[in-house]
Amino acid sequence: MTTIDTGAIGAAVPRAEFRTCRFSGLRIEANAEKLIKFNAVTAVLFLALGGLMGLLVALTRWPAVQILPADWFYLVLTGHGANVLLFWIIFFEIAVLYFAGAVVLGSRLAAPKWAWTGFVLMVVGAVMANYAVLRGDSTVMFTSYPPLQASQWFYLSLVLFAVGALIAVFVFFGTLVVAKAEKTYDGSVPLVTFGAITAAIIAVFTLASGAIILVPTWLWSLGLVTNIDSLMYKVVWWGMGHSSQQINVSAHVAIWYAIAAMVVGAKPLSEKVSRMAYFMYILFLQLASAHHILAEPGMSSAWKIVNTSYMMYLAVMGSMIHGLTVPGAIEAAQRRNGFTRGAFEWLTKAPWGNPAFSGMFLSLVMFGFIGGISGVVLGTEQLNVLMHNTIYVPGHFHGTVVAGTTLAFMAATFLLVPLLFQRDIIWPRLAKWQPYVFGLGAAGISLFMMGAGTLGVPRRQWDISLADAVLRFEFPPAAYLMMGLNGISGVLAATGGVMFIVIIVATILAGPRLDRPGAKLAFPLHDKARERVSTYGSEGTLKLPGTIILVTLFFAAFVLYYFVNWKYLSELWLFR
Amino acid sequence: MSETGGGAEDRQSHSPEAEPAPERIPAMQQILDNPFLLLFLGVTIPTVIYLIWGIMEIAGIPVEG
Repeated sequence: MTTIDTGAIGAAVPRAEFRTCRFSGLRIEANAEKLIKFNAVTAVLFLALGGLMGLLVALTRWPAVQILPADWFYLVLTGHGANVLLFWIIFFEIAVLYFAGAVVLGSRLAAPKWAWTGFVLMVVGAVMANYAVLRGDSTVMFTSYPPLQASQWFYLSLVLFAVGALIAVFVFFGTLVVAKAEKTYDGSVPLVTFGAITAAIIAVFTLASGAIILVPTWLWSLGLVTNIDSLMYKVVWWGMGHSSQQINVSAHVAIWYAIAAMVVGAKPLSEKVSRMAYFMYILFLQLASAHHILAEPGMSSAWKIVNTSYMMYLAVMGSMIHGLTVPGAIEAAQRRNGFTRGAFEWLTKAPWGNPAFSGMFLSLVMFGFIGGISGVVLGTEQLNVLMHNTIYVPGHFHGTVVAGTTLAFMAATFLLVPLLFQRDIIWPRLAKWQPYVFGLGAAGISLFMMGAGTLGVPRRQWDISLADAVLRFEFPPAAYLMMGLNGISGVLAATGGVMFIVIIVATILAGPRLDRPGAKLAFPLHDKARERVSTYGSEGTLKLPGTIILVTLFFAAFVLYYFVNWKYLSELWLFR
Repeated sequence: MSETGGGAEDRQSHSPEAEPAPERIPAMQQILDNPFLLLFLGVTIPTVIYLIWGIMEIAGIPVEG
């Protein structure tokens, strides 16, 4: 199966070793393959660590359990944020970039030595950050707002990680140049690669913002700078903190398109429309960072409203377009595959037993209904005051990052591990259940935290009974119920997370070998997987009755929830 | 953007010897096909609207002393 493919490219081109995957038909270069494996496996290790910390946080915020003492709670919460919001997702996103750049385009990876340099810097940074947090003098939460000060190692670790990730992003851009120069594709890049380009562009802004603010903060921790302005820090830091989550959105939407293409043979409904939706992300998505600053008195309403209520909605429109075109593409493909009865046979006969498909579809639905709608509500300056700094905020971003991104990344892992490691999923029956267990837990975490937040429960608070507070406050019993249900959901999500990690690690180490003659995938790909994922082309139909019904339901939920919150808000200001 | 693929064959052939006319690439496709132009736009717009405008507002806050 391995081929040495150098002659066709020319003498000046570095040697590149390719193999052709016999299941997907994709040409995979050895350096790209190795780097994708290392980045993805490292991502999963940090997911395991961050997930364990997340479980401890959920069990502590469950009032009847409260497993950690206060000092450990804040320490573990800091580690949880860094490990899952930065290390897990960005390591995985680098793997996605290398896949969408080198593998989807059938190209060699540009500058593999630089790619390894970036990887080593990221590993050093991530390990150093955990060391700084666990030794107990960097309990500053993920946001690390001054005047809270962490140890110098904490800031230095994040700078190293950001520089390493930036190198990897530019290796991806270099790979695009190589692929074009060596004519590994014709015309425009495939939509999945375009989604990865969008993620990479947002990553450049993200990582640059991080470096801009974390370098002076590191100097401050060393005593070389006397003061870091708190508001200045918040504005620049959120350029990293929120935009890093926008890399996720672009990457997981690309994964939705990729899985739909490779599992059911879906083509985008319209390349033009989907690319314009991504273009809106490129121009406007990072501006949503401002919704973390909506309660700051130092910033003008003009800055807040332009950045959120005007520009952010253009990016939201991009997400709503993807929310139509991804299920639409699946419906069109399924109808082409013969599932044409009624409005929903395409959906009921979809491969729900394939964890790549089920994880992708659950991610799509939950990202839209939970993370998306709540994000628009939080991004509205007036509505934001209803739940600012309550536990509603983590409820929202668990709907985007856990139910949306993490579930999509898990789904992609089930698809890619057999292709890259050439070992089949070791326990397919367990794997079938994994997305449902994790997805149910993630949905519960998000919804119950949002429910508690609407009742006023603060985020980042060890004890909502406020037992030792000078000014007492009694939350309603429903708030305690919500926090208990959040704890149960956390246990469920952790169970799904353990299932994922155990299945993937066991598959990599001991899964049935696929490089033997006659070996078959437990979860087969579509016959035209390579063509669908790696070439340009539109489905060109809007005969999608099932999708139109689903999208109408989404809009009804969106409008209803949005205006219910305006009703709540009106009760804060009673005009008599 | 051609719906039949970036390398769509849409060339006129007046005679077997005539050079095929180059395919006209729409302006929007040229923008979307240029990752470095997109990178420039995707970094410049949030830098100006979010970061620089935000920093200027903070710098304009009167300092009591």
